[in-house]
Amino acid sequence: MDWGFILERTFSAMIGPEVMIYALAAVGLNVHFGYTGLMNFGQVGFMAAGAYGVGVTVFWLDWSFWIGILFVFVYAAVLALLLGIPTLRLRADYLGLVTIAASETIRLLARSRVMKPVTGGVEGIDKFAEPFYNLSPFELGKFYSLGPFKYLGRDVWVLMVGWTVLILVTLMVQQLMRSPWGRTLRAIREDEDAARALGKNAYYYKMQSLMLGGMIGALAGLIQVIQKSSVQADTFNPVITFTIWTILIIGGPGRVWSPIVGSSIYWTLIVFVENTLRQLPAGARQTLQDTVELSDFNIGMLRFMLVGGGLLLLARYRPQGIFGSREEMALDRR
Amino acid sequence: MSGAQTAAAQISDDLGVIGQLQYQDANGNKVFVEGVDLSIDDVGGATTDKDGSFRIPVEAPGEYTINIDIATLPAGVTLRDPDRSSLQVIVSENGDQRIIFPLVSSEAGAVANAAASASEGNWSVRRVSQLTLEGIKLGLYLAMAAIGLSLIFGTTGLVNFAHAELITWGTLMAYFFNIYGLVGFLGFMSGWPAPFGGGVNFIIATIFSMVMGGVLGYVLNRVIFRTARNTGVSLLAQMVMTIGLSIFLRYVYLYFFGGRYRSYGDYASQRANSFLGMELTTRDALAMLVSVIVLLGVGIGLTRTRMGRAMRAVSDNKDLAESSGIDVEKVISQVWIFGGALAALAGTFFGFDQVKWDMGTRILLLVFAAVTLGGLGTAFGALVGALIVGIAINWSTLVIDSELKNMTALVVLIFALLLRPQGILGKKQRIG
Repeated sequence: MDWGFILERTFSAMIGPEVMIYALAAVGLNVHFGYTGLMNFGQVGFMAAGAYGVGVTVFWLDWSFWIGILFVFVYAAVLALLLGIPTLRLRADYLGLVTIAASETIRLLARSRVMKPVTGGVEGIDKFAEPFYNLSPFELGKFYSLGPFKYLGRDVWVLMVGWTVLILVTLMVQQLMRSPWGRTLRAIREDEDAARALGKNAYYYKMQSLMLGGMIGALAGLIQVIQKSSVQADTFNPVITFTIWTILIIGGPGRVWSPIVGSSIYWTLIVFVENTLRQLPAGARQTLQDTVELSDFNIGMLRFMLVGGGLLLLARYRPQGIFGSREEMALDRR
Repeated sequence: MSGAQTAAAQISDDLGVIGQLQYQDANGNKVFVEGVDLSIDDVGGATTDKDGSFRIPVEAPGEYTINIDIATLPAGVTLRDPDRSSLQVIVSENGDQRIIFPLVSSEAGAVANAAASASEGNWSVRRVSQLTLEGIKLGLYLAMAAIGLSLIFGTTGLVNFAHAELITWGTLMAYFFNIYGLVGFLGFMSGWPAPFGGGVNFIIATIFSMVMGGVLGYVLNRVIFRTARNTGVSLLAQMVMTIGLSIFLRYVYLYFFGGRYRSYGDYASQRANSFLGMELTTRDALAMLVSVIVLLGVGIGLTRTRMGRAMRAVSDNKDLAESSGIDVEKVISQVWIFGGALAALAGTFFGFDQVKWDMGTRILLLVFAAVTLGGLGTAFGALVGALIVGIAINWSTLVIDSELKNMTALVVLIFALLLRPQGILGKKQRIG
């Protein structure tokens, strides 16, 4: 077994593109769920809105990449309105039903034949991110390493921009949640009736929260498609939403830095487990293959079992997360 | 996804699945097929160009499942083996992997396709009645899946997102009993005589599948949700638990069953019978009849038997039911068993077209729309909602592409919440 290789991969995964993208999406979910108590089960739908915000602008309208970035926020805001208007006056679980249904519908719509001229259908959209990579000070195809970390030049550029955005957004959320507006959100999370009795329009506050968190999720979707240089409908699978949920609950909902901590822990663990299993000595691999059908394909599936099982156990035993406090825990009310 | 998204995924531009779609026409000439969609789940897709060629790039070596969208094949062209619309392909580090989907040009296929395209966009009585029939079929199956979901919500207040996996469980169990018999899937026992080693008749397999559905429902409630309720885990946390459970079970199915489409050993394809201008296979007609009988039985059971009345009483008002001497935990347990068995039966019927590891998830949206429209927590509401959703979805193909018909369920769901959030048969109460 090549432990050097496994450790190199694991270290690079600790702050890699996935960590940054999922953490950003989890910051959005944290605004929804951690601070406002909204059960958004369709965060991946907002990511898709962000991805197609730029993809459709470049591919269909043939406009500039930079104008597309404006559409990322427009699409997310419109989606938040569509989801919020029918559900935010109702009990918490209705938002969950509608968001999970909507996120899957967005994927089906984007990959359909009818929408092919607009979204590229199953083939998706590529060659739209050049304006971004043209600004790169790094050589795109060259490997750069710093200590234990090693990335391609293009990824270094994405990481630099992405982490800057992530830190700025996190600081912005921190300041917002300390403001009177943020305190009102938390009041609604704790006791909506009491907040209403004090004259706060809970419906509008929840809608604003849904829009803000959705836009942050859309930004994550945008960075994801830039990093992959392609927009593919099938990457916006509902299971991504629940990976983000797992990440948020690992870190502890309602805490500012929990998305980053949770995302880093999650991806480090996944990359370490997968690479270790792939690097097992041939004999051991064969035994596992024969007894528990551990093929290459199935190693890739293990992470989803971990997400599912992890979410089940965390919600059951540690709803406040590994580092969360019982005071900020939103899962344990009612 | 198979490792394609790991941070550690290898950067290589030259890995992919390639192929060329072609068939021989009546004169023996090669004809290349343009405009056919192929896709690999969670990776991407491609459409064949004018040479019939396609290429789907993948990011890492590994095993992938490639699907051909049969609906995009031109009229008169079909797969030589209709069961093999999805194939496993192993991509090595060395480069592109070629894959072949054998196509044939069939007279029968041409006729059927011509008939279908002739009636496309045609609001004839014949087409509408055919769609209505399909809608009722879908609605009946959905109703069986939805009743359990609605009753579990009614008795415990929990929206069970893992209900989709109870449906898939039914399909997979029916498949295994039908193909491998009672213990044949254990491998070393596959040599035993039927009904142990060899497959059993589909009807018996269906009954076993319902039993297994009840068993899974019971176990999930007993092991996971009953202990959670007793230790005071909040409903929202329990809801997240059902999601975790749903994902876990779904990928366990994928792990052991694989991503391939399969079909039952019996009744896989049948000729349609024609009556009153509508087409229906004997298999579907029987399945619909069974559904009607089962649903009538459920209705009578809920209104006339002691157990059914207790279920409705607990759904209606838990505290009142408890104080009048009903053992609430026992009723909840019965609801899970009963809901699991019904979902399994629905799953066996949904599996007629194809057996797949995520088929429950694909129809979960429809089930949600049905229970919300009918009124969460009411068993009869679920029935009414399911029939409306089933028919609405099929009618919607009169105006939109059939590929998008399931979107109708989302539209129904949103309008139901806007106009009558308590549902058709739900009682007006505070749900805000």
